[in-house]
Amino acid sequence: MKRQIGEIFIGAIFLGCVAASPARALEGEVKIGEVNSYSALPAFTEPYRKGWQLAVEDVNAHGGINGKTLVVISKDDAGKPAGAVTAANELVSRDGVVMLAGGFFSNIGLALADFAKQKHVLYLAGEPLTDAMVWSSGNRDTFRLRPSNYMQAAMLADDAAKLPAKRWATVAPNYEYGQSAVAVFKKLLSAKRPDIEWVTSQWPPQGKIDAGPVVQAIAAAKPDAILNVEFGPDLVKLVREGNTRGLFTDRAVVSFLTGEPEYLDALKDEAPEGWIVTGYPWYGIHTPEHDAFLKAYQDKYHDHPRLGSVVGYTLIHAAADILRKAPSTDTDALIAAAEGISFDTPFGPASFRAIDHQSTLGAFVGTTTVKDGAGQMTKFDYRDGAKYMPSDDEVKTLRIQK
Amino acid sequence: MSFYVAQFLTGLAEASSLFLVACGLSIIFGVTRIVNFAHGAFYMLGAYIAYTLAERFSGAIGFWGSLLTAAIIVAMLGALVETVLLRRIYHAPELFQLLATFGLTLMVEDLAVIIWGPEDLVGPRAPGFKGAVMILGQAVPSYDLLLIVLGPLVFGLLWMLFHKTRFGVLVRAATQDREMVAALGVNQRWLFTGVFALGIFLAALGGALQISRDAVNHTMDLRIIVETFVVVVIGGLGSVGGAFLAALIVAEFNAFGILIFPGISMILMFIIMALVLIVRPYGLLGRLEAPTRAVIAAAIVWAPLSSAGRIAVAAIVVAVALMPFGVGDYWLTVGSEILIFVLFAASLQFLMSTGGLVSFGHAAFFGLGAYGAALAVKDLGLPLLPALACGTTLGCAGAVVIGWFCVRLSGVYFAMLTLAFAQIVYSVAFQWTDVTGGDNGMLGVWPDAWAASPHTFFWLALAVALGGVVLLRMIVFSPFGYRLRAVRDSALRAEATGINRMTTQWAALIIAGTFAGLAGALFAFLKGSVFPDSLGVSTSVDGLVMVLLGGIGTISGSVLGAVVYKALSIFLVSQTDYSKLVLGAVIVGLVVVFPGGLGGITARFSRLRPVLGPAPPARPESLG
Repeated sequence: MKRQIGEIFIGAIFLGCVAASPARALEGEVKIGEVNSYSALPAFTEPYRKGWQLAVEDVNAHGGINGKTLVVISKDDAGKPAGAVTAANELVSRDGVVMLAGGFFSNIGLALADFAKQKHVLYLAGEPLTDAMVWSSGNRDTFRLRPSNYMQAAMLADDAAKLPAKRWATVAPNYEYGQSAVAVFKKLLSAKRPDIEWVTSQWPPQGKIDAGPVVQAIAAAKPDAILNVEFGPDLVKLVREGNTRGLFTDRAVVSFLTGEPEYLDALKDEAPEGWIVTGYPWYGIHTPEHDAFLKAYQDKYHDHPRLGSVVGYTLIHAAADILRKAPSTDTDALIAAAEGISFDTPFGPASFRAIDHQSTLGAFVGTTTVKDGAGQMTKFDYRDGAKYMPSDDEVKTLRIQK
Repeated sequence: MSFYVAQFLTGLAEASSLFLVACGLSIIFGVTRIVNFAHGAFYMLGAYIAYTLAERFSGAIGFWGSLLTAAIIVAMLGALVETVLLRRIYHAPELFQLLATFGLTLMVEDLAVIIWGPEDLVGPRAPGFKGAVMILGQAVPSYDLLLIVLGPLVFGLLWMLFHKTRFGVLVRAATQDREMVAALGVNQRWLFTGVFALGIFLAALGGALQISRDAVNHTMDLRIIVETFVVVVIGGLGSVGGAFLAALIVAEFNAFGILIFPGISMILMFIIMALVLIVRPYGLLGRLEAPTRAVIAAAIVWAPLSSAGRIAVAAIVVAVALMPFGVGDYWLTVGSEILIFVLFAASLQFLMSTGGLVSFGHAAFFGLGAYGAALAVKDLGLPLLPALACGTTLGCAGAVVIGWFCVRLSGVYFAMLTLAFAQIVYSVAFQWTDVTGGDNGMLGVWPDAWAASPHTFFWLALAVALGGVVLLRMIVFSPFGYRLRAVRDSALRAEATGINRMTTQWAALIIAGTFAGLAGALFAFLKGSVFPDSLGVSTSVDGLVMVLLGGIGTISGSVLGAVVYKALSIFLVSQTDYSKLVLGAVIVGLVVVFPGGLGGITARFSRLRPVLGPAPPARPESLG
């Protein structure tokens, strides 16, 4: 019996501790709540965090938000949608932020978007790529910065259509991102080139590719070209096995995201030659906007930016622009300010479309090569996102407005 | 034809890689009975250290020397962990070591990022094994051929070790009956340390060998650990030959399976495991364990709450129920989440403590409850309460089906079959995109207006959790509860008195699954969305940790375990990027200080006397 009372007593103390600690708000501050998978995906979220931290300094050095200091409160979601909702709730209910930002995984982005809709607070998604964010699950409170799956597929399909290849194989991680990337690419490429044939699709589980058998299975289908959607450690294994087994010799490869330093850097001198990829060739972009960003970033961190750095930097700048433009921090005022707003990015000007809240930020498309023992993109050009969207009528049917 | 030969060889190479890691786990379990959750962490450390060394020392000697040195360093770390940490808790209830090694795994994941940085590391190619060999016109990597040789080589060396050396004879003897080995005067301590170090050496070597094919990163441990468990269980626990056979079967089925069903890799090994365990309940080459080995070390006298205890509980419930008047919305939502996990942990504890059935797949019922509620809202348009009923029903239905298969097994095999079913349910939710939304989940599952405010929802969660825990306690002290405990303490004697073991345990699993389903259904409404990870391994492990932390020998210690674990993890994730490091350290610390679990702390002050159960008599028993 004493034992039970003891158990209960400890429980009570603990609850007491949890219940303490109030919220507070400071005058002269505008707070943005930011959520991302910092502990689960440090390789991507660290450069991203550096990017937005640089932007916060930038914004505050240039007058803040109409005289008020911009503050970003950042939370980890431990890589889980439920964790992201907990964090978002803390930011909104306790810290009193005026808007939410962040997300990396598509499912976390969708969970945050749905939370934003429920609580009616503006959510500015950075990295999540799924088309559902702005179309089938799109809502009025959600905006997305990065070029979507559809846009990247459209950019790559343009180049793929020019290849002579007729027999295509695909390899993609077995989850929504991989599935929709393959589906959109197939649809767009088949529309441009009715003569091509899809000979095999491989769907290894994400993070657990058995690269040897997968490479063999692709080779057995004798494709002329391969579409790859693998990334991260899976990509490394695929490239290594493919190189060793000669899968990529005399075959064209079109690949999502592989040109991003996040993925290309890891491969070092084993980076594939001649793949057509989307990515971020920070070493080769010479525009005033990008030069300024690159210099500021390198001065502060003594490291080169990744694509995540650009996303984080642009995300907070775009948020600051919205906050400056809106007459108040009321959510409806912010949404009205965000729709159609133009903002500057290291890649040039972009804007948030009013029709589906997708930004027109584009991506670089080029071919991979190895230079000085490291993977790089060459022969690249910037594709403006605005040119790779479906027609407005199509968007309206895709986006079921509620 | 030549293609199939090449595919077969590729499968063999994968089998060798799997075998190296799995046989270490099997040896450790066979002798020490430790379910070493940290096996994957040591595998990962082997890869990281080998990477660091191989980057510094080039050339053939440098490369192979680095691999071997890394494995030796990690093996020494393993020996250190065994002597400093695990040795202290061999007398704790079975499975408590699982909690300690889980804590270690959490710590290692964050430490790896702190030491080696967040980026994927690509190690050098193995000197002399960079290219491919043409076999029947197909390019087969020479490194694969090396692995194909290495697997059987290690198998052979282990066979020699176990059959030709005194150490090996003792290990085999200890695998069969360690109490007898101890009784014969063998120093168990060093035997255990030696076996643990050997197992860790093999894991680290397996990891080190991957640096020239894989990218070294901080998620390698979790990628390998579940696969390794599956291979060990298919083969039969403690059987090295079984592990070899199982690795071969899994790898070859995968190599050829993807040619027909490219999406099958995700669940193939779990399907194989489920089939093998249904046909052979102790794995391919495993033997029946001594039937008396109980999960809980001692049968403990349990009593319903005394009147003073009831008053104290009532006072706390009233205090908790008054929280909405004192704290803000955020804390109420956190409180609701904790209460939901209190119910989830209590349902698992009912199964584990009262039923003596350890489940590694309890998330299946939680997730089914969540999906049931979400489907009721989205497809049938039902309001909150009927949707909760739908979720609960789905959790219950899942338990009826899964339980029917699982209660045929016992011990770790039961646990692994529940895991297999949970993974199968997970992959159905993951891949059946039309119904479940796949990985993108189901959105917009918010409560009706009357329960939408955080304080109403909190009261709802409190009522449900409290009702659930009280009901579960009432079942513990009902005639059914006594029958269940009789089966737990001695299946043979219970059956001799006319209690049907299987139906009793099946009923227990259905009860536990139903309450877990209810918790899951509430969780869906708390978060407003459902994703496959609610069915995943990590949710199951969370439940297990809560129960073990609360004290497996208690009736409702998991209530405390759930409050502490959930509150701590929410707090740490919110406050630091190294939440896993701190949480892991706290768990390891608690394990060492309170080997009876948090619920057992107060037992030190009480005069409760343990009654010796039929568990191995040579071991001092712990209080619950």
